[in-house]
Amino acid sequence: MTATSAPARGIGQADSVGAGQGRRRRRLPFSPWHLVLIPATVVLIFPFVWLVATSLETPAEALHFPPILIPHTIRFANYSDALASAPFARFMVNSAVVAVATVLCNLVLCTLAGYAFARFRFLGRTALFAVIMATLMVPFQVTMIPQFIITKWLGVHVLAGVGINHIGALILPNAATAFGIFFLRQFFRTLPLEYEESARVDGASRLTVLAKIVLPLAAPPLATLAALTFLDSWNNFLWPLIAITSTNQMTLPLGLATFQGAHSTEWTLLMAGNVMSLIPMLIVFFVAQRYFVRSVAATGLAGT
Amino acid sequence: MAADSRIAPGMRRARSAPAGPRLARRVLDSEQFNGWAFVTPGAAVILLFGAAPIVWSAVMSFQRSSLLGSSTPFAGLSNYRRMVHDPIVAQAIQHTLIYAVLFVPGTMLVGLFLAVAMNRKIRGIAIYRTAAYATMAISTISEAIVFIWLFDPSYGIVNYAFSKAGIPQQQFLNSPSEALYVIVAMTIWGWTGFAVVIYLAALQGVPQSLLEAAAIDGASPWRAFRKVTLPMLSPASLFLAVWLTINALQLFDEVYLSTKGGPLNATTVLVYYLYDQAFQNFDFGYASAIAYFLFLVIIVITVIQFRVGRRFTYYRS
Repeated sequence: MTATSAPARGIGQADSVGAGQGRRRRRLPFSPWHLVLIPATVVLIFPFVWLVATSLETPAEALHFPPILIPHTIRFANYSDALASAPFARFMVNSAVVAVATVLCNLVLCTLAGYAFARFRFLGRTALFAVIMATLMVPFQVTMIPQFIITKWLGVHVLAGVGINHIGALILPNAATAFGIFFLRQFFRTLPLEYEESARVDGASRLTVLAKIVLPLAAPPLATLAALTFLDSWNNFLWPLIAITSTNQMTLPLGLATFQGAHSTEWTLLMAGNVMSLIPMLIVFFVAQRYFVRSVAATGLAGT
Repeated sequence: MAADSRIAPGMRRARSAPAGPRLARRVLDSEQFNGWAFVTPGAAVILLFGAAPIVWSAVMSFQRSSLLGSSTPFAGLSNYRRMVHDPIVAQAIQHTLIYAVLFVPGTMLVGLFLAVAMNRKIRGIAIYRTAAYATMAISTISEAIVFIWLFDPSYGIVNYAFSKAGIPQQQFLNSPSEALYVIVAMTIWGWTGFAVVIYLAALQGVPQSLLEAAAIDGASPWRAFRKVTLPMLSPASLFLAVWLTINALQLFDEVYLSTKGGPLNATTVLVYYLYDQAFQNFDFGYASAIAYFLFLVIIVITVIQFRVGRRFTYYRS
């Protein structure tokens, strides 16, 4: 699929540039599309700019009317004040632990299950796969109340670390997803059987074949699954809101929402906390932008 | 059956030869065993937290249940009957649909427009694209907090811009007639990056030869866009319409953070009311009934979208 679409893409872009420039270059020294894109970008970026500006103002400046876009003195104290009234570092660590653990669990569990559904014939395979696919269609709101009760029961009777009010409760229910299993199964089915069969003839176990032969070929779909799972986990709000009440177990969105509830009118403090919540994800996103964009695009192309 | 015939000779020689290990190896290498061994961990998670809850909440929706009392008497259709007569449910349905009707086409139009503008190699295009993509990195909570501040009635910059433009000051999120539209605006902004990525990917699949042929035939750029590009984008449009609608019907985060369903229930949407019933009133039975109603609405709307959409969708293959 990628092999056939990649060259077409390159040719298409090159042609459009040639045609566009050839006709318009005579009238304007720059592409007229800038006249559209610059205001649009300003609108897109402005909330970020305003957020950072407010986070560096004094409370008096923030409440000034007309609003002040550039603070007279840069006030970093908002950040230390925010850190003093809510453990943002802790929220960050929790979010990172939950997101990384969820991604790793998904990569392992969905690979195993997706590979088995793609390659092995076993009793009940079709029925089990159908049940898993059915969960894909059901919105989270339908399952969240039983999920809450089950999580609570697990925490009391099995292991406190995966019960209500522990970050484990944010990892375990999402440790494998129907989407991940389906997505990887579809990929494994596109691989040619020959490599796996010859490795089997050489006496490799099925797990070895998966680890040594199949996985090295699966880097792109695994990266896609990792990026999508990471985004989902990092931004998840409703389930943490239900499952977590104590501050030191909160993830960033929940911690920030709780912080907002306590300081709803202290705008400078609130924006400083908001900037701190945003920065880790923005950095991850910019570093791996290619992966995130490709992954999101892949969901769209898969859906079409 | 094949396994049985192999076991028999093995058992006869059981004392002399190591048939046990050989049998064990055969089992350990079988598709049956490996299939289940590979599938079990992932399937267990999904069955426990995904599949079983679907059945359980269906049962709960027919019970009078709560976290406080341990008895859950069968209540028949009473939860569903209550829903039909609950005026707030009627309002929540109305708000959810109004929201979806504005949010979905709004996001698609913004995404389409920006993607078309960004689908060319001009100077600084990476900056423009990154600015759009960046909205994907921001959580709904961060987004909502920034927009509450932008739209603050007393100190917000939007009201300042309004005053400069001679528009009277608005109450925005404090106004029952405006709050929902502010939430539409903030969520469109938040989903822009997603829509742009989907449309950009689809635009790069439009064959240039078709557009050139249209140009040679004397079609204006606008006509070529309408008659060639848009039909080629229709699968992406259908995907976005369905995906955004599913998300719109599940709107919660922004409402929870900015208005808590107010003022005067003006922004109470289905999921917010459901959450309120489940985790503020601990009426799990009633909340489950609402959840199943939501599920039904999503299924019906999605099926309609696919049915109607298929007629306007062009697939090359």
